[in-house]
Amino acid sequence: MKFGVVVFPGSNCDVDVYYMVRDVLKCDVEYIWHKEWKLQRFDAVIIPGGFSYGDYLRPGAIARLSPVMKAVRDFADEGKLVLGICNGFQVLTEAEMLPGAFCRNTHLQFRCSYTYLKVENRNLPFTREAQPGSLLQMPVANGDGNYYVNEAQLEEMNEKGQVVFRYVNELGEVLPQANPSGALENIAGVCNERGNVLGMMPHPERASDTLFGSEDGLVVFESMMNYLAAGKG
Amino acid sequence: MHRQMGLKDDEYEEIVHLLGREPNFTELGMFAVMWSEHCSYKHSRQTLRRFPSEGERVLQGPGENAGVIDIGEGMAVAFKVESHNHPSAIEPYQGAATGVGGILRDIFTMGAQPVAILNSLRFGPPDDSRTCFLIDRVVDGIGGYGNCVGIPTVAGEIYFEECYRESPLVNAMAVGVMPLEMLSRGAASEAGDVVILVGARTGRDGIHGVTFASEGLDEKAEEKRPSVQVGDPFMEKILMEFCLEAVRKKLVAGMQDLGGAGLTCAVTETSSRGGTGMEIDLDQVPCREENMNAYEIMLSESQERMLLIVKERSLEALREILERWELPFGIIGRVTNDGIVNVWYRGEMVVSVPAKAVAEEAPAYEPASREPAYIREKRFFKESAWATPEDYQEAFLNVLSSCSIASKEWAWKRYDHMVRTSTVLLPGQGDAAVLRLRGTSRGLAVTIDGNGRMVYLDPYRGGMMTVAEATRNISCVGGKPLGITDCLNFGCPENPEVFWQFEQAVKGMAEACEALSVPVVSGNVSFYNESKHSAIYPTPVVGAVGLLDDVSICVSMGFKKEGDVIVLLGCGDLSLGGSEFLKVIHGEMSGRIPDLVFKEEKRLQKLIRQLARKGVVSSAHDLSDGGLGIALAECCISGGNGADLSIADNSMRPDLLLFGEGPSRILVSLPEGNLENLKKMAGEYRVPLDILGKVRGRHLKVQLSTGETLIDLPTSIMKSRYLGGREPV
Repeated sequence: MKFGVVVFPGSNCDVDVYYMVRDVLKCDVEYIWHKEWKLQRFDAVIIPGGFSYGDYLRPGAIARLSPVMKAVRDFADEGKLVLGICNGFQVLTEAEMLPGAFCRNTHLQFRCSYTYLKVENRNLPFTREAQPGSLLQMPVANGDGNYYVNEAQLEEMNEKGQVVFRYVNELGEVLPQANPSGALENIAGVCNERGNVLGMMPHPERASDTLFGSEDGLVVFESMMNYLAAGKG
Repeated sequence: MHRQMGLKDDEYEEIVHLLGREPNFTELGMFAVMWSEHCSYKHSRQTLRRFPSEGERVLQGPGENAGVIDIGEGMAVAFKVESHNHPSAIEPYQGAATGVGGILRDIFTMGAQPVAILNSLRFGPPDDSRTCFLIDRVVDGIGGYGNCVGIPTVAGEIYFEECYRESPLVNAMAVGVMPLEMLSRGAASEAGDVVILVGARTGRDGIHGVTFASEGLDEKAEEKRPSVQVGDPFMEKILMEFCLEAVRKKLVAGMQDLGGAGLTCAVTETSSRGGTGMEIDLDQVPCREENMNAYEIMLSESQERMLLIVKERSLEALREILERWELPFGIIGRVTNDGIVNVWYRGEMVVSVPAKAVAEEAPAYEPASREPAYIREKRFFKESAWATPEDYQEAFLNVLSSCSIASKEWAWKRYDHMVRTSTVLLPGQGDAAVLRLRGTSRGLAVTIDGNGRMVYLDPYRGGMMTVAEATRNISCVGGKPLGITDCLNFGCPENPEVFWQFEQAVKGMAEACEALSVPVVSGNVSFYNESKHSAIYPTPVVGAVGLLDDVSICVSMGFKKEGDVIVLLGCGDLSLGGSEFLKVIHGEMSGRIPDLVFKEEKRLQKLIRQLARKGVVSSAHDLSDGGLGIALAECCISGGNGADLSIADNSMRPDLLLFGEGPSRILVSLPEGNLENLKKMAGEYRVPLDILGKVRGRHLKVQLSTGETLIDLPTSIMKSRYLGGREPV
């Protein structure tokens, strides 16, 4: 089982995801340079957080034009797993592999803080290990985490279970105070219709080690591992 | 002409003497920037010799881009703090951002991967729109740069005083880690080596930035806005990745970043350190604008540039990496062995100067020094002159919610403090931030501290206290202090009273460093922090770095468990003089600064490290601003628990007991079962202790042993006052 971590100029959570997969999941992992276009050797590809191309123009707007993104699209079309975290999520929406778009946070500030997430769809390769009703604690760190999608699309996404995570308070209530960015309907993560591409603003790799406040991020990675293991077995 | 560039008449004569002729315009500009206070430390060099800078673990002391300390197991840590006060006063976003950029470059220039950013900020009280604008933009600039490069901003401090209203302080510190063999230096040692300029293209920004930083701020300062550079953190990130890869692959013979004084500084300093010279061809410098002249190219302070000294044979391998990162670069010259820097432009030799003369032979001054009259006046202070508060609880909440004491979460939530997934103790969780050293079980503790109030009232003792507090903060989380870096923010050194403050503060700091066995490995002096109306408090800021053998034992400040016993360790001197309480409640800044006894401080710090290592304590927090009362509140708020305490008054005034400030005291909590062990160890280290009470419920209740209740408050109220007390932006 092999994970790939995409590296754009300006990616900066690539190292975090790489070491988490290698040292915590104990899985094979390799960096993928943004000019690469062959991804056959991987079972799952992670687009990490950071500031690809400095977030100049608009987060993800330049990265989506990289050669590797064409390869990532083909990879996803084969039904393989693609996870975009933070800037990776922004790249996936810019590449139109996921619905929606991002605006500046409503308070116009960067925000780095822990959040609680409710898992709205537990039938995905990324969430199958989540306990029913449990909340996941993970940090966000972004200035453009304000997710937006038009009304018709939102309705469709809600119907098809494409809204995967929502920001909630510690009691699991979807409230404006629990929303760190002003994201529409407290949306923290969404998937494509097929369910094999997930984008999420919170950083599961920052909540995957006993040294830190939370290990809830492991739910996402262990779900992926178990899904892949089951599929291969 | 030379006066316009900031040179004195006798300095000009010295230049003529060194060259044996009159300098041309470009040469004069080069001397002017390199002989500015900012680059040459001409007023401070003599005094700075007091600092102990050696130690068996010190691999690199002051004089390089950053200090480096051996941390064992084949690894080293590099760190430095630097000011960006003047630019931030004029253009706060870019001033602060490029301050972060510059200090990060200092770290990766040494071959170290930056792992943490810290900052120390001073502003006027946030009661006018200009100040609020400055605060907002400085915080935005620090975050905007650090977040993008992907280095976590893990710790810092922010204080508000009237004296900083027109002269805000923005000090940025960075810490990096490297394998020993990656240690690089900024020297061009061998003739024939190739000189390469890498990174951002050179533009007309920041010309004479260092000269601007070497004078006071006046009403014309706004006109100096073009002296402030503009940062590009994306370029910095790429440059950093390139530099570290090049060093890892052993392709670099010497490296120096271009900061203050730009290419002039990089070329003359690398030559001077290596005892060599250089032939430089400015036609090969990648420029941002057309028709820049030699003077502009030599003095530009465009950011995100690096000078590399490279062996001819490494050139091809290096070119491959440069192209992969798509970085602009120019092969701009060669190292020579005659000690002369010759600069060519458009076929003409435009500069020919001895490297050493420019880089190292600026005159050193011994400015006059005189004790200011206020020192005696302010010291005469009788505590009895101030009535004790009628309502302690109200006074307590007012101090807790005052802007200097209240939580700085409003700032740090705008900094990515978790990227690189190594931050074990986050901002607000401990007295110092703690980072794991990836791939080992060890960790680093980092902190930055300054106390302008105390240094103002008593520069000598205040200097000592600053060093003691920084190292105490490291010890409180369980780290052994390795060394410090300092940023000395003062007014105009030609003012004898300012210079006296400077001398006294350095003396106190140096004595503390000796006594506590921490070398000063790097630093920065920032003079001329004054406006027409006022000079700042003398504000030395100390950044400290410590090592934890086992990062998992690090100690945070919060009261964690119901029933834990709360104990005060140490019995340092206490005073209301210069305290936050006196300022907030009585609007007064005067009084006697408490005494610091090194032996006691040292034993206390050793004890707390042992307690951490052996897992005896659940929490530790040093008593500093706001004294015992505020420390208790912070432990309750951070841990989400209340506490019930009874304090023996020792015939002290209750306000002194509750809000008096002083060194050498640490508040700990621990399971009752560990109490005997604590007593035994404290006995061994001869540290007195006082059992105050227990972690209990959701209230903070503080009683005197006489039965009088001083405070009885729900933690929720304290929390809302502490977090929401005064959010300036």
